[in-house]
Amino acid sequence: MEWDWQFVWEILPTLAEGAKITIVATVLGYLLAVTLGLVFAMMRRSHNRLISRPIGGFVEFVRGTPLLVQLYFLFYILPEAGITLGPLVAGVIGLGLHYATYTSEVYRAGIDNVPRGQWEAAKACNLSYRQTWRHVVLPQAIMPVIPALANYLIAMFKETPLLSAITVLELMNQARSIANYNYRYVEPITLVGVFFLVISIVAVIGVKYLERRFGSYGKRGRAAT
Amino acid sequence: MEMWLGYMQLILHGAWITIQLTVYGCAFALAVAILAGLGRISPYAPVRWISVGYIEFFRGTSIFVQLFWIYYVLPLMGFTLSPMQAGVLALGLNVGAYGAEVVRSAIQAVDEGQKEAAVAVNLTGYQTMRHVILPQAFVIMLPTFGNNAIELLKGTAIVSLISLSDMTFQAQVVRAQTGNTAIPFITILVLYFAIASVISFAVRSLEKRLTRGLDGVRA
Repeated sequence: MEWDWQFVWEILPTLAEGAKITIVATVLGYLLAVTLGLVFAMMRRSHNRLISRPIGGFVEFVRGTPLLVQLYFLFYILPEAGITLGPLVAGVIGLGLHYATYTSEVYRAGIDNVPRGQWEAAKACNLSYRQTWRHVVLPQAIMPVIPALANYLIAMFKETPLLSAITVLELMNQARSIANYNYRYVEPITLVGVFFLVISIVAVIGVKYLERRFGSYGKRGRAAT
Repeated sequence: MEMWLGYMQLILHGAWITIQLTVYGCAFALAVAILAGLGRISPYAPVRWISVGYIEFFRGTSIFVQLFWIYYVLPLMGFTLSPMQAGVLALGLNVGAYGAEVVRSAIQAVDEGQKEAAVAVNLTGYQTMRHVILPQAFVIMLPTFGNNAIELLKGTAIVSLISLSDMTFQAQVVRAQTGNTAIPFITILVLYFAIASVISFAVRSLEKRLTRGLDGVRA
């Protein structure tokens, strides 16, 4: 087994194509996850049990089952119900939904950390339910959990190779088809590993920055309350 | 009906493989996590470097890539592994890297006074770890280990892609043979959730048992 640089140069453009899809899937999936997660977290806080209970059950169920199986589910079963999704769309929805259940827990922790006094003060100022969430609770709940949310971006990024199982031509899939075609596994799969490692390391540095920037948000003013 | 009974057996057979993978993977991950977690805070710099390198590498690359690398690239270096061995190795090393950070932070969370007290009663370094620090740190680690175990269970699904006939693989077989997608996939989703529930229940019971009588001691 030896490392063939020539082969590396040959396959690099194809891998770059795959990397593009990987990044698109990560970004779109993450946008879905952070939005949907917030919706789940707020719905779980609802006073109406008909809303909070089923959402709670759904979140637990999605968290307890593998993403791969959920992807198969979206890709193979929904068409039977008349909804046909393209592989990438199914993949983005799968990733988004799966990680929304994780981010919803992060938001929930953030919301629980907003002192009761803030809710009471909002009531005393006669803010509506919507105004209380929008202007009082959410800004204080979300800022401190930004680093935790960013961690799930990294986690989700590392799960995108699963999309290859539902035929999305992302990085891992490109690498595997190159490997199978040329019968050389070392270079393509190692390069994919390097790609993930480099981006993850950069991302971890980014999260450290976010932690410094937002991690202690509001802690100073809160000690008195 | 009889046909479905046969397919159900196939899926249950896959469930058994999934459970085996989960148990072996967890055992291996636990051992690796403790080793790397202790290595991370070792007084010897080279040990620390190796641990940090291992942890960052396995946390930084995707489990999927690791599994493929172990299954397809290692044989070219002369280590041929069965799919089961490759699966346990990849899952254990990956989850172990996450677990190592849990071990480290739990050990560091044990009160400083405990270590000082151990020094005061003249315990050796090993005794301090074994009888004073680890029992207390383990209780702190447990809830996160429970989550990690569930992550590992969910990770086992990807070994179906290296042709190990776990639950997900068998569901695909049933889908291919019957043309019915809904039944096999809903069945395995429920089974995965059931196994995950068993894990979280077991961890919670263990936590209750281990924290008995510790209330007054812990801050």
